[in-house]
Amino acid sequence: MKESVARFWREIPQRYNIIGNKCTVCGRVFFPPRESCPYCRRKSLGKMQKIQLSGKGKIVTYTIIHSATEDFEDQVPYPIAIVELDEGPRITAQIVDCKPEDVKIDMRVESTFRKIRQDGSTGAIYYGYKFRPMR
Amino acid sequence: MREVAVIGIGITKFGELWDKSFRQLIAEAGSKAIFDAGIEGKDIDALYIGSMSSGRFIGQEHVGALVADAAGFSHLHIPATRIEGACASGGLAVRQGYLSIASGVNDIVVVGGIEKMNDVAGASATETLATAADQEWEAFFGATFPGLYAMIATRHMHDYGTTKEQLAQVAVKNHANGAKNPYAQYKFEVTVEQVMAAVPVAHPLGLLDCSPVSDGAAAIVLCAMDKAKEFTDKPVKIIASGQASDTLPLHGRRDITTLDATVHAAKMAYKQANVTPKDIDVAEVHDCFTIAEICAIEDLGFVEKGKGGKAVEENITTLDGEIPVNTSGGLKAKGHPVGATGVAQIIEIVEQLRGEADKRQVEDARIGLAHNVGGSGATCVIHILEAI
Repeated sequence: MKESVARFWREIPQRYNIIGNKCTVCGRVFFPPRESCPYCRRKSLGKMQKIQLSGKGKIVTYTIIHSATEDFEDQVPYPIAIVELDEGPRITAQIVDCKPEDVKIDMRVESTFRKIRQDGSTGAIYYGYKFRPMR
Repeated sequence: MREVAVIGIGITKFGELWDKSFRQLIAEAGSKAIFDAGIEGKDIDALYIGSMSSGRFIGQEHVGALVADAAGFSHLHIPATRIEGACASGGLAVRQGYLSIASGVNDIVVVGGIEKMNDVAGASATETLATAADQEWEAFFGATFPGLYAMIATRHMHDYGTTKEQLAQVAVKNHANGAKNPYAQYKFEVTVEQVMAAVPVAHPLGLLDCSPVSDGAAAIVLCAMDKAKEFTDKPVKIIASGQASDTLPLHGRRDITTLDATVHAAKMAYKQANVTPKDIDVAEVHDCFTIAEICAIEDLGFVEKGKGGKAVEENITTLDGEIPVNTSGGLKAKGHPVGATGVAQIIEIVEQLRGEADKRQVEDARIGLAHNVGGSGATCVIHILEAI
């Protein structure tokens, strides 16, 4: 099924630059940005402020994907992890620039801008964040 | 609230059923349940159908009406509704049927669950199952559905010392049970060595840690308790129905290795039934992956958090163990036609409580629990049943 390009470009700030937001009532930080804070709810409406996240964090857990969906079949085996950013939010992303077997829990990582996948040989190319071991 | 009983059950074989269509499967399960209950079409007040993704698996939505039509009820104009909650769709349909009788609106309803997964290629099935995860923030970046449970397993091993052997023992136990179930997809036993040596899917999970892609359907007839005796001598009472939700993506959860949706649905169900985990004689839990059963027995309170792997190793959950789990073979060996699973779990518990589970029979089973999960834990629905 062909997806609209708009579905992708509306997420560009988050996926290209890791823009999250912050509840100015309680100070909690979210990624991706939320319409309201789940803790302050109605009090937070109109008080959510966009912020640039550092893209630095540590691995909470990971796996190495051997059996992928069609879009990612050409990349197997690839590690994917849940990363806890230094500002608090957790994020799911591929880990690159290291051997899959070197990925470990608590490893420090940083974000890097990469190609995620493409829609066949003539379709759109999708970019976004992956993470690599901190240098 | 009115009391509700299960008065009829019907199930198809689970597996790669190339010669059977979606319509044939649900009609077969439904008619078996209706015959078992001894009711007729005119007795049915409503149909509730659990199906996760008929739209992607067979290109057909609007399956509530389709099922009523396939069952031969179109001229009776019975209200028919399809319920979706990923892999918990079947359990949610049971709950909707239960609530509709408990509330006094309906007297007799038929609840069906179905998935026809083998009419698409394997990679398409993987992609469709991944729609139970967060498309924008998990699947977009290459996370697969087994990958999410693999991440739960990695963290469980890290936090509690759970081993790959203990995961494998879940598969060994469930295959041993499945071998005794005439409706199971995999009626053969496996060894720990075979499970450990299976082709990797998402480290640390291999192919034999995963439930299969399956076709199949299941149906039950629910009836107000005060009318149940008109149809059967062996009604099985639903003494609780609990449901809870959590964040859609795994990374949003309070704790990676705890399914809080299970914890909360269980709390709701135990309170309604006025029982504790110790009172449960037999349980069907959502073992879409081996690690999922370990988390389930912990989150349901059968064992302490972190002790799930050890419990499996010590045979606490085998057919003759302290708390037999997945006597049907579970999703692992019985098969996992996703929408059918939650209904099929109820059927296994009803057979156990009726004393009709044959070689799988748990002695003196009186109270049973069915635990059905959607996605990596964003939805959970739990039912507790009691023999009358």
